[in-house]
Formats: sequence, C-alpha cells, structure tokens
Amino acid sequence: MAEQTEQAEKTTVTITVDGRQVEAQPGELVIAAAERHGVYIPRFCYHPRMRSVGMCRMCVVEIDSGRGPALQPACMLPVAEGMTVDTQSAKSKKVQDGVLEFLLINHPLDCPVCDKGGECPLQDQTLAFGPGESRFVEEKRHFAKPIAISELVYLDRERCILCDRCTRFANEVAGDPLISFIDRGNHTQINTFPDEPFASYFSGNTVQICPVGALLAKPYRFRARPWDLDQVESTCTSCSVGCRIALQSSSNRLVRKLGVDVDPVNWGWLCDKGRFDFEAINSDDRLGAPLVRQGEELAQASWAEALARATEALDRAGRRPGRESIAVLGGARLGNEDAYAWSKLARTVLGTDSVDAQLGDGLPAQAVLGLPRATIDAACGADTIVLLGPDLKEELPVLYLRLRDAVVNRGAKLVELSPVETGMTRYATASLRYRPGEAAQLVRSLLELRTGDDRGNGAADPRRQAAELLRADSVVCVLGRPSLAEAPEPVCEAAAALVDALPGISFLSALRRANVHGALDMGLAPGLLPGRVSLEKGRRWFSREWGSLPSEPGLDATGILEAAANGRVACLVLLGADPLADFPDRDLARRALAGAGSVIAVDSFLTDSARQADVVLAASSFGEKSGTTTNLEGRVSRLHQKVTAPGTARADWMIAAELAFRLGGDLGLDSLEAVWDEIERLAPSHQGITRERLSSPEGFDGIVVGDVPDASDHQAPPSMAQSDSPGISGVAGHVKVDTLASTGMGSEARPDPQSGDQPAGAPEALGQAATVTGPRGMGYTEGEEPGAGAEAEAVEATVEAEHGSGGGEDVFRPSGGGGDQGTTPQRPPLLSWAGPGTTRPPPPRDRYSLRLVSSRRLYDDGTLVHHSPSLAPLAAGAHLRVHPGDLQPLGVSSGTRVGITSSRGRAVLEAVTDPGVPQGTVFVAFNQPGSAASGLIDVGQPVTEVRLETTPQDGDPGSGG
Amino acid sequence: MSRLNPGNVELARTIISRYPRPRSALIPLLHVAQEQEGWVSPEAMAHIAELVDLAPAEVLGTASFYGMFKREPVGRYVVSVCTNISCLLLGGEELLEHCERTLGIKPGATTSDGMFTLEDVECIAACTDAPCLQVNYRYFLRISHDEVDALVDDLRAGRRTDEVPPHGTLTRVRQDIRPERWVGRGAEGLPPEIR
Ligand code: SF4
Ligand code: SF4
Ligand code: FES
Ligand code: FES
Repeated sequence: MAEQTEQAEKTTVTITVDGRQVEAQPGELVIAAAERHGVYIPRFCYHPRMRSVGMCRMCVVEIDSGRGPALQPACMLPVAEGMTVDTQSAKSKKVQDGVLEFLLINHPLDCPVCDKGGECPLQDQTLAFGPGESRFVEEKRHFAKPIAISELVYLDRERCILCDRCTRFANEVAGDPLISFIDRGNHTQINTFPDEPFASYFSGNTVQICPVGALLAKPYRFRARPWDLDQVESTCTSCSVGCRIALQSSSNRLVRKLGVDVDPVNWGWLCDKGRFDFEAINSDDRLGAPLVRQGEELAQASWAEALARATEALDRAGRRPGRESIAVLGGARLGNEDAYAWSKLARTVLGTDSVDAQLGDGLPAQAVLGLPRATIDAACGADTIVLLGPDLKEELPVLYLRLRDAVVNRGAKLVELSPVETGMTRYATASLRYRPGEAAQLVRSLLELRTGDDRGNGAADPRRQAAELLRADSVVCVLGRPSLAEAPEPVCEAAAALVDALPGISFLSALRRANVHGALDMGLAPGLLPGRVSLEKGRRWFSREWGSLPSEPGLDATGILEAAANGRVACLVLLGADPLADFPDRDLARRALAGAGSVIAVDSFLTDSARQADVVLAASSFGEKSGTTTNLEGRVSRLHQKVTAPGTARADWMIAAELAFRLGGDLGLDSLEAVWDEIERLAPSHQGITRERLSSPEGFDGIVVGDVPDASDHQAPPSMAQSDSPGISGVAGHVKVDTLASTGMGSEARPDPQSGDQPAGAPEALGQAATVTGPRGMGYTEGEEPGAGAEAEAVEATVEAEHGSGGGEDVFRPSGGGGDQGTTPQRPPLLSWAGPGTTRPPPPRDRYSLRLVSSRRLYDDGTLVHHSPSLAPLAAGAHLRVHPGDLQPLGVSSGTRVGITSSRGRAVLEAVTDPGVPQGTVFVAFNQPGSAASGLIDVGQPVTEVRLETTPQDGDPGSGG
Repeated sequence: MSRLNPGNVELARTIISRYPRPRSALIPLLHVAQEQEGWVSPEAMAHIAELVDLAPAEVLGTASFYGMFKREPVGRYVVSVCTNISCLLLGGEELLEHCERTLGIKPGATTSDGMFTLEDVECIAACTDAPCLQVNYRYFLRISHDEVDALVDDLRAGRRTDEVPPHGTLTRVRQDIRPERWVGRGAEGLPPEIR
C-alpha cells in the first residue's frame, strides 16, 4: 500500500499557479493543469481535443521554469517540476491587453448583427482581459461579407482571427482538409479551393468551435440570440452512436444542437446530419393529430375516435388464430421506455411475439445481443480493429471519427472487409474486398492463413497482412450489415468464425438506427424479452409479473411482411416504421401493406407507409419527450424534453398504455419514471441501472448495460446540479448556456486525469459482465464447456454473484441469493449466441450478371433528412457506381444512363465509373431520392444479381418501378 | 490553364520519388506547373493535389503563401522594380514610373500583347547595386532608364532570351542528381506508419 502511494506521488508534477501549489500530470499543458485547478487562462486557438499550435498568443503568461520568469504560451508548454505560473502579474496583464488590441485591429466589431454576439469568446475575453480601448484608427481590412463555403456553412473573413481551429479540425479530426489558410501576412484568410466547397460531413463542428462569429451555420443564422436560448442536455438520436448534445430552443422551437464533450463517446463532435436534422422536428409536415381512414382519404380525428378504431382492429385481429395475426414492426425510433411499453403490450395484451425493431436491414437480434460486446473505447484501444460492416463515415459518422483517430493517432491497425471501398478504406492497413454474399469465406481464409506456418513474405499481400494482424493480442470487430443487397447470414457466419478462432475478440455493433440497440434490449425482436433474455429462458421470470406470454417465438420483419403479403396478418402495427422506404425489398413491403387486414401506424410523420394505414396515431418526437436511449455500445443515456410536441401528439409509451387499457388490459405503467423502474427491476441486463445512477455524474457519460459496478460504487450519488462537472451541467431541467464549454473554450466535460483516468480498452469495457467470454467466446461462462445445460446456470450464478439478492420486501426481485423463495423463478440467463444456423449459399455467378451492393449515405431520402430543408438538397440522388471494366462491355461512358435489372424490377440510372467498386459488382445507394435500390433487392435471395444494359437514348427517368 | 502535360507528369513522379513523403514535393511541383504555363492555374493545383495526395485547398494554401507563384496569368516577362529603402533613395520610384511609361501599364497589370507584367516589390537583396529590378527574377543592377528601354525593346524583339527565359523557367538546365549521389534513404528511412 505504502509503496503504491509513493509511486502514485511520483507520477505527478508539482507546479505553482498564482501562488498555489498544485499537482499536474506529466506532459500536461500548463493551460490545462491551471484550468483543472480553477485558474482560467484566456485562449482562442487552444482546444483540448486538438494539437496545440500557439497561433493566437492569448494564453501567454509569465512562467518561470527555473531560469527566471518569462512570457510563454501556456498552451504550448508542458508542466515541469517546480514551475511557477503567474497569470495575474503586471506583465501577463499587459500581454493580454496587447494581444487583444492586436486581434481587434481588423475585427469589424459588428457584434449586433453577429450570431456569436452574446456567446462570443472574443467579446467575453475582451471584456475580461482586454484594454477597453484601441489605439488603431486605420482602415480595417475588408472582404465580401459572408461567403458560402459549403451548403451549410457561411464564412465571414472579416471576423476571423486566424486561430487555426477550423482548419485543424478539418485536417486533423475530420480528415477533410478542404479549408486552409490562403495568402499570407495581413492578407491571410481562411478559404476553400475554388469550386471545391467545404463539403465535410463534420463541417458544423467548425462553427461550434470558431471562437468568433466567422463561421456561421445556415440553419441557425439569424434564428436566435444566445440570451434567448433555453437549453437542456440530451443525446442525439439521429443514429446509434448517441452523441451527447446540448439541445437549444427559442420560443418553443428547436434552433440548435451543440456537441458536448463526453470522453467515452463523441468528444464534443457531432456530424452535420445529427446537428442540423432538428429542422425536421420543426417541420410543418409533422403530425399534430391522429388520422383515420375514411374511404380513400385519411382524415383528422380525435384521439378517442382514432384509439377506438385501432382498438377495434386489434381486438378483431386478436381473435384470429395464428401467431402472426397481429404483428408489430419497428421501434428503433422510440426511447427505451416506449420500446419497453410496446414490448409488454405486444407480448401480454396483444399476445404476439411477431415484433421486430429492425426492418430487415440489420443483423439477427440474437447475434447483436449475444456476441461479446465492446465499447467504442475498447475498439479504439484494440491492437487490431476488424471492420465488417457498412461505410461508417456514411452511417455512423462520429464512430468514424473515433476509429480514424485510433488509427491515425494511436497506431491501431484496421482490417477492413467490405464489398466496395468505403470512407474508412484509406485508413486501413489491409482493406480486402469480398464478393457480396461471401464474407464468411473471406474470413475463414484469413483465419486459415493466420494459423498456417507459412508466414511467407507477406508484407505486400494484404491478405497475409490481415491474417498477421489477426494474431494481435486484442482484436475488436466492428460488425454491421455491409450491404442491404446481401442476406445477413454470411456476416453472422463470419462473426461466428471469428469468435471460434479468436477467444478474446469482442464486437462493437454497427447497426445504425437511433435506438435499435435499446429496442432490442427491450425485447422488440421475435423470441426475445426485455433485458437480453430469450422468450423460453425468460418465460417464467416475466410471466409472473406480466402474465401469460406467447407460446412460441414469432416472426421477424421479413417473416412478418411475407405473412402479411399472404394475408395472414390481420393487423399490422407500424411503430415509427416505414417499410416502403426502409425495408430492403420494396416489392415485398408493398405487397405486405396491401395484404395486411388493417394497418395502424404510430408515427411523427405521414410516411409513405403511414399513408396506407387505416389509423395513424401521432407520436411525439426527439426533443419533445424525455426518457433514455441506448447507443451501439449498449450505453444508456438520458433524453430530455425541450419543446412541446405539435398538436396532440403524444409519447409512444402512453399510446401503448392507452391501447392496453382499451383492450381490457393494464400495463401498469403510469409515468416515464415508473416505466424505467420496472425495466430496472425486471430486465435482467438492466438491473442496477437505476434512475439515480442515470442522473448522477456517472450517468452523464451514460451507463453501459452489462457493465454494472459493485453496488457500493454508486451509493447516494450527488445530483448533477450540485456536481462540479464542467461543461453543460445539470442533467435535469433547464441549464444556462455555457458558452465557453460549448465552443470548446472552456472546461470540457473530461475526466479528471487524477481520478478517472482509464486506459482505453479497460476490461470493464468488454461487453456484458455476465457473459464471460469462454473457450469459444460466445456466452459460455469461463471454464464451462460449451455444453448446453450447464451454461444457463453458470451464467446465472455469475449474475447473481454480482447483484446479490437486493431488493426490499415489496420489490419483486427473485434471487437465488436470498435462498428460500420456493417457487420464485430464477433470474433468466442473458442471451448467448452460438452462431447462425444453416446459411443459403449464393448461387454460382454467371458471366453476365453483377452482384448488387447497396448501403446508405449520410444524406438520403430518410424521414429526418427529407424534412430538413438544409439537408434534403445534399442527398446525392440516385445513380449506380460500377467498375470501369464492367461498363466498357456496354460501350458507354461514365455518366450515361443505363438500365439495371434484377429478378425484382428494373430501373434506369446514371452509371458512374468507380474503381473502388470491384469488377463483378454494382453499387446503388439505398433510399436516395429517386433511388431504385429497394425496388431491385430480393430478400428471398442470398444476394441480388443484376444486369446492366444500354437504354435507347434517354429512357424513362429512373424510377424504381 | 491546364493540368500538367504528360512530360511534366513524368517529371513530377521522379521528383516525388526523391522525397520520403509525396507532399514534400509540393513546392518543386508548383515550379513545374509555373514553368509549363507561366503561372499556376487552379487546374494545375488540383492536378498536383492528386499527385501528392493532398486536398486542393492545401496546395492552394501553400502556393498562395509565396508571392512568386502567380495565381493569375502574367506576361512572358515579369518586371519587378524595387521600391524599398535603398532603391528609393537612389531613384527606385522614378525607375518604376519610367517603367510604367515605357510599358504603358500600372504595377500589377500586363501589357496587351501579353509580353510584360509590371510589379513593384520590396527589397530584393541587391541594395548595394540600387536602383535595381528583376525580369523573371534575373537581376538588372544599377539600371538606367535608357537601359530599361533597350531591355524592353530587346525582349520584345525576341533577343536576349538566353539571358531571360520565359516566366516560370527556373533554370535552363535541369539538374539531375543521379541516384548514387542521393543522400538519405528516401521513404525507407521513415518509420512505416508515416511513410
Ligand atoms: S474561421 Fe474561426 S475557427 Fe477558423 S481560423 Fe478564423 S477564427 Fe479561427
Ligand atoms: S454520429 Fe449519430 S449520434 Fe452523433 S451527431 Fe451524428 S447522427 Fe447524431
Ligand atoms: S497561443 Fe495559446 S491559446 Fe492561442
Ligand atoms: S532596397 Fe532595393 S534591393 Fe534592397
């Protein structure tokens, strides 16, 4: 012990800041060390998440490193033992005066018409540290007032103080060096290359971190003044990364989302889609009241009327035999509480297990939940990252930033396995193409190479390189659906092969839909119940509280739609799902909607699918309701309401509760808090994630499911409001706009290096506590053979050992630990997954056909982008990309419209050559405006084969048919 | 206004191969572009960006830092008259005015025949021989007004081209350092992750 403390002491550096001795970390910059100890040194260019450049000189203070006091930039100088920093000396003050006087020489001081006015670091620091008056009377430099440097960002060069933050961000963080310092000296300006706009998916971050009003976001410009803004801290649900945000409104309208720095997730960054798609929530197209079908038309109705119609349809359907007479599709848009309520409603009152939060565009829930899980930090800290999933830059942008950082700055090695090149390809040590449908073959061949003795002279052969990298000590696989035009089985098979061969491997899910992981955790998938347990294993546990449960597993999305198309679904509930747009096989989706007895849509927008419904129930949306959401790591974090929903739209869980009541049931859920408490009590994986913990400082970063620390670790947490957590503070209620934090000017919410310094990839991060990675790495408890019987008990024992018996008298918390509760069911074991069953082999390739690859781009025709005026025009539109060698035989050149035909349909699209698409494949982006992809895909086939042919001149404009 | 021609692409690849990292060849390649067209066009910058794997904005950022990389078309001969202190004292201003009269243009402009661009520049490090000017960065020291007129006539008539090659030409004889005389180990000398 004594030794440890001694060692601990040696690892810090003692410095004196303004007369006070403080401990700093070796290598820490003076500016950061001082700030941690409550001394704020003014700055413009320094940003804790980027390299220091010493551009602005604002942080210059008197520092004595042993050779007498000298003026030095605190953002460039690491601490040294015995160093003395004097931020208040006359000299320090004089420098601050001087630097600000210089910075203002050319600054236009047009604060009254500047977006930044009121939250501007230049304003604030001039007031706090500046001279108050300038001796410069000369003409200031002039530039054209704001120029658009992209579709989303304006630049006012007169206001720019040349701090290099935006350019460093673009280059270092985003890897899109599209803006640069141009010219020099007094003429220096930030600008783009002519005709090459700053079209980065991350451009909005530069607006947030610009310390002046030089960079402006079009969607926010002139919308509000900072002092009119009201703000809550929440989580972005535009994809499953779950970036931490500050959500701001003015006059009950959302006007801005800002990134908040949390260490395990987004580091303060957001993607532009997440940042700007709040526009959709303000859209006039939002549903403010329920609709019911009257003949051909959907007419506005009262809730009473709409719910009566819905109840009638459900009631009628419920009396029909068959496990699929009622089916519920969707749920990834919902918060956890909503998903839980619907899961409970479906299983109990509706009596169906045919529920699926995924729309055939993900992976089997059993695999997603049952594989050993990894956090983002664990993935970034791994020696080797295997990427078998979609284009992360397009689908999970901030995860792309994190992984890019791991590769570029931390030396992680990336092995990419994908059917076409992606945004990640340039960062891969080995990037291997596989033919659609053949992912498993590729993985197996790599694993064979890996164990083979013949290491050969592999340096040049990417396959050997990849195999070599798979020998690393820590391997994390980022697993998703690389293409919607190939069945998910081969990907699962590949994952199973990896688990078999690499005992320590863990998986980071790359499913993109907002809360898909939360919805699966809440049991919105066939054969699953809340808390990552299977229907069989959880039956006893849940039926005690829930009552009787469906007797056999239901159908997944594809099964539901097939059943509906065959007239076997009497009532189809679309829970924020738009299968016509999002299901890979549009033909099947269309037949299903037509064939379903009746359709009830619960949605915030009248989507294409909702238009075909008999009843549409208006649901409130992100920003209009509180609750929790779960990101791709399984991290539960809180959502906060900021504005009121339009009209009478209401939360999904309330709709579920109401329907249950009208159907003669009772979900027993009467408040959001009650729903969470029941989840915490009943869902085996979520026990211990209490509301108290979620609103404690610990919950600020979110709490990873399965990562439950010792109970003693989280007793009586201080409430967020009193905590000294910097940045946007205050989880509950409204908090004041903290300008410095949101622009990266001040203390970001970063862990205290002295206490919370966990190395990336700490063991805690590796998946569920209960599902210890066993010999085959898949849900087998340590030491157990993969025999089926022992598994459940052993896992159970692990869980119980962690939780103890817990619970008071009145709390239903069955447990072996308490001993003699007799008939009390045992807590069911968490899900494990032993690989897919049989998979369909892709057909042999015929010489004339090409295999289709389809995945999403960031800007598509999805609901949020479509209804965000600033983002909708950014969707690239429909075209196909093909290898030049595959276009040549047609005798046409890039840019020509060609016909593309599959067994499902035909379309005419512009063909663009792209050497990143291997020969033998065609890429068509999914769900672009006018896109044909889902009109071509046949989910009945393991891969979709297509043919290209020339069209007579300009054929019909490429509708998907 | 064009990309590098095939010969220069070859040359560019050779130059790139001499550096540990492609981007290090950026400035030599800007010279190649300027030699080809007399100025550095956006197309050339975009082409160089492709060759050295940078974004065009980064190439522009570097090119625009140097006043001697011209980003607008200039005449065949760029006349740079020094008006800094030593030259000013010894008739630099008058020299500039004389050039303006002789060429019929103001500093910054190009004659209509595309032959001359006039500019005033700060000290060109020949103060001991003031007043002075450069044509395409070749020095003309202690130059008189008459000598200016003669020089302009000669250049216009196609004489003295060996003394003053067209704008953009660094040297007439391109130095070729044979590989055996190279120092360093090129990219091999770098740790693999930053190669
Ligand atoms: S635009 Fe803003 S962030 Fe970029 S250099 Fe200028 S002041 Fe800094
Ligand atoms: S990466 Fe995902 S969670 Fe983060 S800002 Fe973008 S859409 Fe939102
Ligand atoms: S020089 Fe230190 S903050 Fe800019
Ligand atoms: S002042 Fe003209 S060369 Fe120095």
